Amino acid sequence: MTPPGGFSPGRVGALVRRYLYLMRSSWPRLAELVYWPAVQMLTWGFLQTYIRGQAGASGVSGAMAVAGGTLIGSLLLWDTLFRSQLGFSVSFMEEMWSRNIANLLISPLRPIEFVAALMTMSLIRLAIGLVPVTGLAFWFFGFNLWGLGLALVGFFLNLVLTSWAIGLAVSGLVLRNGLGAEGLAWSVLFFVMPFACVYYPVAALPAWLQTIAWSLPPTYVFEGLRAAVVGHQLRADLMAEALAINLVLMALGGAAFLKLLDSARKAGSLLSMGE
Amino acid sequence: MPATPAIEARRLVKRFGATTAVDAISFAVEAGSVVALLGGNGAGKTTTIGMIMGLTRPSEGEVRVLGTDMARDRYRALGRMNFESPYVDMPHRLTVRQNLRVFGQLYAVARVERRIEALAEDLALTAFLDRPAGSLSAGQKTRVALAKALINDPEVLLLDEPTASLDPDTADWVRGRLEAFRRARGATILLASHNMAEVERLCGRVLMLKQGRIVDDGSPHELIARYGRTSLEEVFLDVARAPAEGGGQ
Repeated sequence: MTPPGGFSPGRVGALVRRYLYLMRSSWPRLAELVYWPAVQMLTWGFLQTYIRGQAGASGVSGAMAVAGGTLIGSLLLWDTLFRSQLGFSVSFMEEMWSRNIANLLISPLRPIEFVAALMTMSLIRLAIGLVPVTGLAFWFFGFNLWGLGLALVGFFLNLVLTSWAIGLAVSGLVLRNGLGAEGLAWSVLFFVMPFACVYYPVAALPAWLQTIAWSLPPTYVFEGLRAAVVGHQLRADLMAEALAINLVLMALGGAAFLKLLDSARKAGSLLSMGE
Repeated sequence: MPATPAIEARRLVKRFGATTAVDAISFAVEAGSVVALLGGNGAGKTTTIGMIMGLTRPSEGEVRVLGTDMARDRYRALGRMNFESPYVDMPHRLTVRQNLRVFGQLYAVARVERRIEALAEDLALTAFLDRPAGSLSAGQKTRVALAKALINDPEVLLLDEPTASLDPDTADWVRGRLEAFRRARGATILLASHNMAEVERLCGRVLMLKQGRIVDDGSPHELIARYGRTSLEEVFLDVARAPAEGGGQ
């Protein structure tokens, strides 16, 4: 009945279907996907409008103008990173909350298929949450994220890859340590935030912190965004460097997930997960 | 040449730190038989089932299911087996039908809708197929979990206390369905239980576990005769109260 085979898109589809059923069953879950990005975008958007106005009125240029010109873009890209990671990790934790993880791990579902389903859900949740908000950004503030064109593809690809690498490690930790570790899903990216230079250039950091900042792919994306919005430059070099680091991070995230899954098997904790 | 056992454990050990939960047990379960792992709390029943499914990694030893080494190649066997336990749930917000559809697809069940209808009729689920799984009573949830465990028509079915928390009438009904499934499919069932009535009714063979070891092995009638008792419950109490190394009478 079930051929052993390798990777099965059917099994990935089964799990995606499970998450879509869940999403469909609860309108608050759907609304929550749009609510926070929209609220944040409006808050920061009005702040950007205010800063721009002040900078224009007083003839200030330079740093103020840069900050004022990139706030909305930075926020939308930060939310891309954050919501994509959350989409991955929360979908995984649904299995823990519902005590369904053992059912999945004794089915023919491979870890790679499980991860592929989580990646798919991360993209679906991201699309539901952010596409309407980019429309609002254009409508309220005239900021067209899609107008970034090719640069946006590089930004999006790199941010999503980073979010998946972090999502893999967080999911592995939750698998190994139980729901006590679930807070990581919400908090881990905020630890990265000051070093990723979301709202200010890398040059604003002390020299020793800049080394740390350049080890994080999102730093390249936010620098790239400032180059695109302020200098109208497409910094392909930054995107290529970010991609190289992301490939390393994805390999490390995948290895961590498998290692932590194996460790949970050794600990014998998978049958009691969620209790 | 003897047939390959459906389940084979060879010198299976599981240690958790300094505690040995399963201590070098070996047994084989013939295809088509129903075997119980019977023992008190902490005897190692659930850990043994976890190792058979590949959910728990043995510290030592080997498990084979349908001839497949579960440590190396468990995906060859997982599609041909299934598991039910009241301690593992299904997503509460999904309806029963949605849950069964998802698991049917995971197990690559052909004509899954027809399979769901057949299981619904057989396990009396039709009335609540479109209700959220979380809104069901304990008895209804057990029947749904059983439907999930039977969705792929498994050759090997592992059950961990399948009738725990059920009233006697529902528990008896569930046992009847399990017997009917085994007869129709010729499936192998390995059952972990505390429930003597269940074991006596369903199982042709009992492996008695105590502190991670198999301390006796036989049919319910053989065990009752061997211990000079009148019921399996009395045998269980004898075993539970005997010193750890003691086995027979």
